[in-house]
Amino acid sequence: MIHTDALARTFTVGKERVEAVRGIDLDVAEGELVAFLGPNGAGKSTTLRMLTSLLPPTSGTAQVAGIDVVAEPAEVRRRIGYIGQKDGAGHNYRVWDELLMQGRFYGMSKADAVASGSELLASLDLEGLRTRKVSSLSGGQKRRLDIALGLIHKPGLLFLDEPSTGMDPQNRANLWEHILRIREERGTTILLTTHYLDEADQMAERVVIVDHGRIIADDTADALKRKQAGDRLTVVVRPDQADTAQTLLATEGAEPASRPDADGVALSVRVEAASHAMPGVLERLRAAGVDVVAASAHRPTLDDVFLNLTGRSLREGE
Amino acid sequence: MSMAIALDVRNVWWRETLTIVRDPFSLIFSLLQPLVFLGLFGPLLSGLAGNGELFGGSSLQWFLPGVVVMITMFGTSMTGANLQFEIMTGAFERMLATPLSRTSLMVGRALKELTPLVVQALIVTLVAIPFGFVLYPLHVLVGLLMLGIFGVGVGALSYALAIAARKTEWIFWAVQQSLLFPLLILSGMMLPLETGPGWMQVASKVNPLTYIVDAERVLFSGTLASPTVAWGFVAAVVTAAVGLFVGIRSIRTATI
Ligand SMILES: Nc1ncnc2c1ncn2[C@@H]1O[C@H](COP(=O)(O)OP(=O)(O)O)[C@@H](O)[C@H]1O
Ligand SMILES: [Mg+2]
Repeated sequence: MIHTDALARTFTVGKERVEAVRGIDLDVAEGELVAFLGPNGAGKSTTLRMLTSLLPPTSGTAQVAGIDVVAEPAEVRRRIGYIGQKDGAGHNYRVWDELLMQGRFYGMSKADAVASGSELLASLDLEGLRTRKVSSLSGGQKRRLDIALGLIHKPGLLFLDEPSTGMDPQNRANLWEHILRIREERGTTILLTTHYLDEADQMAERVVIVDHGRIIADDTADALKRKQAGDRLTVVVRPDQADTAQTLLATEGAEPASRPDADGVALSVRVEAASHAMPGVLERLRAAGVDVVAASAHRPTLDDVFLNLTGRSLREGE
Repeated sequence: MSMAIALDVRNVWWRETLTIVRDPFSLIFSLLQPLVFLGLFGPLLSGLAGNGELFGGSSLQWFLPGVVVMITMFGTSMTGANLQFEIMTGAFERMLATPLSRTSLMVGRALKELTPLVVQALIVTLVAIPFGFVLYPLHVLVGLLMLGIFGVGVGALSYALAIAARKTEWIFWAVQQSLLFPLLILSGMMLPLETGPGWMQVASKVNPLTYIVDAERVLFSGTLASPTVAWGFVAAVVTAAVGLFVGIRSIRTATI
């Protein structure tokens, strides 16, 4: 569905050159659900805007739905749905008017637009809002209307730029329910961007981590966590026993990290399957005469992956 | 191909026009505006003119075409203001991502600003008849067609201005206002320029609006076959061509 080759985009702001995207090679197969994960400014939107023909690349090529985005931008637009970062629906318009006109923009007959629009309103819980002005909708309703606008012409490939940014957790879950169900029904290929770790973790089958305009990792969330981070086991011990504990833990896994803790010194170590390793470790520590004050097993998150890859935490920027 | 563009223009125009259709009261102010102008300015002019030699006959016949040109300028130069709002909220990007032709995005929006003009012109004209205005329907229709072509050009330029000033809203208004009034005054739309200083007359010669105003006056007075009318059409077509060229370029190169 998508194939890019060293896709890059540079902006010139005043005298400064901003290399927003620095050579992205990406292949997305039909039916995949892929999340672009990265901090603000990583180049996610810029990549999406090149793939949707809204922005010409500075260099590199991209085929979307089998068509070159530079050579035939209008053909690309015909075949895809795009839901941008901002509100798609015009604030001064009525819900149903916007939806029907969007269908007409894609060359649908009135009857087809009515049929497709009605179906989407019903399935996105927007029925009953037809004559409402867009500006009077809630944030969640507006976002669902944007989804309807992006799907009116039944595209096989859908781009979503930060679909749930700014939503409360309940609305976010609700939006995802809709997106996943529509995908199930239609087999739509989806490429979305997000800077929410848990969203990428739970929803996407494939996570592409982007930083400074480059892809730095590309795999399933589970594989990324397994390969890039791994489980961690943490014990808190009295300061005078820290050295003993550290020596013992070093035989369990990689070299343990220690940091001061309110109750003593916290020592953590990377292990496989932390919760299973825990009882044995505690027993060996006790046998060596170390009093364990507290212990915890830590499953890795995508943030640990990002931290491991870049030395920075994704959460810092929020 | 051109059929497809015409269909796109129709769709863009209709979407824009829906704001009026759904809220017709918004039209009332814009209908009153030219009437106020005509009612308050007209009598002053006829007083000024005395026996009317300055205006070559009835001052109303002279002034009314100017008012119609003015409302065209007011309306179409605002094309970019609505666009700017939709650039800000994101609706414009959503439309850019559809297969709509780039030309239709501009022409459709400009035509929407011209739509109330037809109603406005009709009302102003009908109101003026009892006061001695003589109506030549066919000529007025030709005049409106000329204004339509010209208005698409002005609309497209306003559109390009909105894209250029998309990050700082006030710049749009500053440029629009500081161009609009000098252009209107230097076209001889409100007062004849014959009595003005020489530099004003020179400036009016390079103002495309002057040729439109002159042509409209000739048309509204019931003459069709006149070089002034032909020059009016030349000015309208040139403005439209330049406007569309600049507008399409700004859509292609801007990174909204
Ligand atoms: N139109 C533009 N003009 C100049 N710089 C831009 C433009 N769009 C994006 N950038 C810059 O490119 C970089 C990547 O931006 P973006 O793709 O929006 O990041 P993301 O979507 O991952 O937050 C940022 O440094 C941003 O400031
Ligand atoms: Mg973004």
